[in-house]
Amino acid sequence: MPTVKSLDDLKKIREEALKKQQIKETSGKTEVIVGMGTVGIAAGARETLKAILDMIEKDNLSDIIVRQTGNIGLDSYEPIVQVVLPGQEKVTYGKVNPEMVRRIMKEHVLGGEIVKEYQVES
Amino acid sequence: MAYFRSHVLVSVDPVCVEKGAYKLIDALQDELVKQGLVDEVQVLETSRIGDPETEGIDLMVYPEAVHYTNLTLDDVPYLVEEHFLKGRVAERYIRESEAFTDEELSAPQSKEVRIVLKNIGEIDPLNIEEYIARDGYMALGRVLTEMSPEDTIQEVLKSGLRGRGGAGFPTGLKWRFIRNADGDEKYMICNADEGDPGAFANRRVLEGDPHSVIEGMIIAAYAAGSNKGYIYCRAEYPIAVRTMKTAIEQARNFGLLGDDILGSGFSFELEVRMGAGAFVCGEETALMASIEGKRGEPRPRPPFPAQKGLWEEPSNINNVETYANVPQIILNGADWFADLGYKKSTGTKTFSMAGDVINTGLIEVPFGITLREIIFDVGGGIKEDKKFKAVQTGGPMGGCLPEAFLDLPMDYEALAEAGSILGSGGLVVMDEDTCMVDIARFFMEFTQDESCGKCTPCRVGTRRILEILTGICEGKGKPEDIDTLRNLCDQINENSLCGLGKGAPNPVKSTLEHFLDEYEAHIYEKRCPAKVCKSLIRFEIIDGLCTGCTLCARNCPVDAITGERRQTHVIDPDICIKCGICEQICPYDAIEIK
Repeated sequence: MPTVKSLDDLKKIREEALKKQQIKETSGKTEVIVGMGTVGIAAGARETLKAILDMIEKDNLSDIIVRQTGNIGLDSYEPIVQVVLPGQEKVTYGKVNPEMVRRIMKEHVLGGEIVKEYQVES
Repeated sequence: MAYFRSHVLVSVDPVCVEKGAYKLIDALQDELVKQGLVDEVQVLETSRIGDPETEGIDLMVYPEAVHYTNLTLDDVPYLVEEHFLKGRVAERYIRESEAFTDEELSAPQSKEVRIVLKNIGEIDPLNIEEYIARDGYMALGRVLTEMSPEDTIQEVLKSGLRGRGGAGFPTGLKWRFIRNADGDEKYMICNADEGDPGAFANRRVLEGDPHSVIEGMIIAAYAAGSNKGYIYCRAEYPIAVRTMKTAIEQARNFGLLGDDILGSGFSFELEVRMGAGAFVCGEETALMASIEGKRGEPRPRPPFPAQKGLWEEPSNINNVETYANVPQIILNGADWFADLGYKKSTGTKTFSMAGDVINTGLIEVPFGITLREIIFDVGGGIKEDKKFKAVQTGGPMGGCLPEAFLDLPMDYEALAEAGSILGSGGLVVMDEDTCMVDIARFFMEFTQDESCGKCTPCRVGTRRILEILTGICEGKGKPEDIDTLRNLCDQINENSLCGLGKGAPNPVKSTLEHFLDEYEAHIYEKRCPAKVCKSLIRFEIIDGLCTGCTLCARNCPVDAITGERRQTHVIDPDICIKCGICEQICPYDAIEIK
């Protein structure tokens, strides 16, 4: 528990508290969901997830939430990545490797255009 | 900047720390390193999430907003693997996170301005960080580092803030009295004994934004030179009491209460005292007696609390809402606050709106707004398209104002002139079906019941008024009753010891003034124009509309209705108990109240 000893301490706590509030705020953000079932991990979902996180970090992207999910029943298409733009339907991509991540992030997550050739019907 | 896909907020409430919260944080960190997730998941501390007594060590995971409770060190590897590696919610410990909702407070209407209510429903009252994130305690920081006590008093005086408990005394002036008074110890008291039936604004502030009251009290204590404070809250508000106690504890843990606050050298301690629910304990001298452990009865003033209050020392008493305004005044400036109001009443006022109005509930409006705007714009008008008859402001000791007063700009002075009070902000709207004599009797029943009995005018006088009003409602009114009532009202008002007795006659006085015709109808014609007083009405079946369906006769609980099938029925007035069931169930509207 931080103890506030001065006005500067208080300001620091306010900054941290504001950051925590942003963490809690999820509305209006784009969700990128990676399938992390046993099959997904075996097929390389960890590398796919890492590629997504790397890109967000390097390009300093904001308002994106990266979630994980379990097996969604499309084993042969793993690793699975799903993208949900605010207020839109979920789009599912299959067999996503780190190279494909770059294109999905650039064209769909940032550009709003679905990358049709990677898409699978779920 | 490092990007983390997931954030874990671990509660470091003192109870959780006692149970090993920091050990759990270390174990979490180690496990994240072990499973290669340390760059993806960030562990943070937060002041409180659930109830640590029942939920043990707990944490929230975002963005999923999943709440894990009662965690032990052994749970950590499983939790990290399931949730953070595999992305599955580890169901063994999950408890659905409760969305933070507020059912008592709806979205602000167009004419509302929210200062006191601004955080309510927006922040988690049990988490001090959420208050701090919204500039909480920044006003205190400013006061303690940049302003002298005299500067603080000046700023509050300039803002024009007046006591929201109803009396409307300038808050800054009160603080200055305490500052200049001689005493070994000076006390800050928060009056949270909200006893008016139907008023709940203070409760919502205590439950929804407890730190605004605490911060206001610390600032007031600094200005007035006090180091000890009490929040006097009625025991019927258990959630408010619990919330305030938790909030005080958190503020103390953060170093915002206690010794040497923010390194300024100023110290202040605060505790909650509970009242047993006597209405009179909202009166300041009775309230102080109750804190001292004595019988809650008022005493004559002077000496005023500012000279000799709690334990004979100078004491400042402000209402919950008054204190809650203070941080906002310091943050936004006295001029901002003063501009919001009207004449000598600055800022906003909360009202608990009840009765025959469409949008009942809690509102906050700037002074100067008219009653018409409150009732018809904010309140949405009268229910079922009925006609407005009267509005009672200020709780059971307020006056009932008729339509002629609706365009009056609301402030302390205008209401007092109209024969009512602002009080703690109760607002009861009445439609055309309300009997004003019956209403006066109803409020007198309340004040008579709550009179502490110490002084004769209030104890005996309110009882006499109640007897006369009951008689009038029962059709036993005598012509001289009106003069007797007027006389009693003046006597009680002039000679009672405290505000309860002084205010008790207001509903009678105001209805006698504005609705005298209703009293006269009851007394001379033995008629209740609103058809409310049971002794003065009778139920009759209209010949021609009645089809003789026998429904009323079969449902009458006292068998007062007779008649052949397909013939008009008749009600025997000697047997009828006027319960109104027949009128409600008749499918042909053939029953008339006369």
